[in-house]
Amino acid sequence: MTAVARTQGRSITDRSPVARSYRRFLARSSILMFTLILVGAYLLPLLYMVTTAFQQPGQSTTPGAPVWPAIPQTATYQGQPYPVYSVPMPDGSTRSLILIEPGRESSVFIDPADASQTPIEWQGRWRTLEQAWTFAPEIDNFTVAWNTLNFPRVLRNTFLIALLSTIGAVLSSVLVGYGFARFRFPGKNALFVILIATIILPFQVTLLPQYVMFTWLGWNGTWLPLIVPHCFANAYNVFLLRQYFLTIPRELDEAAMIDGAGPFRILRSVIVPQSIAAITAVSLFHFFFAWNDFFVPLLYLASKPELQPVSIAIQQYNALYATQPTLIQASALMTMVVPIVVFLLAQRAFMRGVVVTGVDK
Amino acid sequence: MTATIEELPAASSPRRGITLRPAVREALWGFVFIGPWIIGLLLFTAGPMIASFVMSLTNFDLLHPDSTRFIGIENYTRMASDPTIAASLLATIKFALIAIPVTMGASLGFAMLLNHPRLAFKGPLRALVYMPVMIPLVASTLVWIGFLNTETGWLNQILGALGLPQPDWINSETWIYPALSMIGLWAIGNFMIINIAGLQSVPTELYEAARMDGAGAWTSFRRITIPLMSPVLLYNFVIILIGTFQYFTQAYTLTNGKGDPNNATLFVNLVLYREGFVFNHMGYAAAIAWLLFVIVLVLTLVLFGFARKRVYYAGGER
Repeated sequence: MTAVARTQGRSITDRSPVARSYRRFLARSSILMFTLILVGAYLLPLLYMVTTAFQQPGQSTTPGAPVWPAIPQTATYQGQPYPVYSVPMPDGSTRSLILIEPGRESSVFIDPADASQTPIEWQGRWRTLEQAWTFAPEIDNFTVAWNTLNFPRVLRNTFLIALLSTIGAVLSSVLVGYGFARFRFPGKNALFVILIATIILPFQVTLLPQYVMFTWLGWNGTWLPLIVPHCFANAYNVFLLRQYFLTIPRELDEAAMIDGAGPFRILRSVIVPQSIAAITAVSLFHFFFAWNDFFVPLLYLASKPELQPVSIAIQQYNALYATQPTLIQASALMTMVVPIVVFLLAQRAFMRGVVVTGVDK
Repeated sequence: MTATIEELPAASSPRRGITLRPAVREALWGFVFIGPWIIGLLLFTAGPMIASFVMSLTNFDLLHPDSTRFIGIENYTRMASDPTIAASLLATIKFALIAIPVTMGASLGFAMLLNHPRLAFKGPLRALVYMPVMIPLVASTLVWIGFLNTETGWLNQILGALGLPQPDWINSETWIYPALSMIGLWAIGNFMIINIAGLQSVPTELYEAARMDGAGAWTSFRRITIPLMSPVLLYNFVIILIGTFQYFTQAYTLTNGKGDPNNATLFVNLVLYREGFVFNHMGYAAAIAWLLFVIVLVLTLVLFGFARKRVYYAGGER
């Protein structure tokens, strides 16, 4: 900041290309720094999660323990382990010493680096000293959470539910989007308005009769209520796909039609190959919507641990182990790895999809 | 399935001797393709909507369907005098008053920052801010519960190091709403991306012209950015508002559905869940669902009415 002011003060050099590019560099780096700090603060809970997931159980409540995963440092003296403390010495320096004989007003220490192991008499209360810590990530948190939650089963359930409902949702939405994009039929505009209006319809209004219906069908406690309703297209997907289909030139359809292709053939060999980007976006959106869904699985699978997806499993896990933050954070970390990795690989498709559904409406 | 549907309109094609006008054929095809949605609409939206309204006029209970009686508007009159409903509406409104401005402001602020012409690495930074949207809500809530913990959470340790007060975020009736709003910040990704697209559609010449006229950053923001962004902001507002009235997962995870502290997180949707699926008062729960629907509908209509006067659409009236 001060540097900017100084360069502006020099009025002659101010206009030189060097000064200008220097100033631009300063402006660019200061805005980048500001943004990085802000984004860092925004994502700080993630760092908390990773750190806690690797901490020793109980470390966060131990007074004097550092934030990073650590255990109290010990050293061996005459075959026995003793704790290590940072001890302020009379000359003003601080040394890491082994406490071998704690006393009320004075204690005996050993310097681990000292080969002769001369005992050092230190005056003062050892309880006021800071213990030395050593970096020790606790991998057991993950194995414990993995086994208690039965993670392989839970992940397989989540994956299968999300995959099946995505297949249903994408196939149906492609058909419906194509219908709205390419055909003229009576009531089309009204139906399209109804389609969009379903976005603001609170799902609670249809929830209870659906629950009764699925219970009477014997679907309660199965995956069917989580999959079947998605096989009938939904407003977001249809809207996104329709917008995309509208950008495909009709001449392509007509050329195929002259070659004798029917509407299904045109959809399969003209529209779909042209819209792989939009279809990928819709698939990814729906897959992770289903992956992360909580309410519907809670309704139908709360009492069926063997069928539960990961969101329900970790919620119930939290209800039991809330007092053990290390296990909870380890389970949270394992839950989010797959969505985050897939997102970072496919982020362009995601964000373009958001823009189409959000802005064009 | 594909094959059988393909047969239907083909049966009316000239080959079989019956001639349909092209317009009729096109309409038939249109209905074939949107058919799945129409069936879904009837089975999972329109039908259940009617059923839930009828249900709200009864004392229906899934465990004892035989004793179902038509009780008229009794559920609605009961709702009017139910202190839990009043408390849950109040909780929802208190939460909305904090969460909605925070979400709107943060998503616009991040959008403007991450769309700044001088900012490098825009793509990766946007992806990072969007990323928490992908985290399962239960997992992100668990992370935040830990982060906001009074003793061991980092936020209070940072506040303490800065000499600032350390509120009891999760267990205080007052601080729980800012805490939930903070958790909600991790959901701004979609709104931010939409805002960025909106900002990019504002012609840069307008800003240049304003600068020539001596307008400062604040004036340009208020006179150019906000009016031209108003359709986008309205869309975000409506979606956030609906989301606020349907708030469930975070509150449920936080207290395992109990609504602590002192019913401060017993939001409308949690009451509905409890009445319908824990106490089995399905008729009453259906009435609560309709109350929710009417509130959301009225608020949306009010917003759109307001928008007709105040929102600027580049293409004229929509």
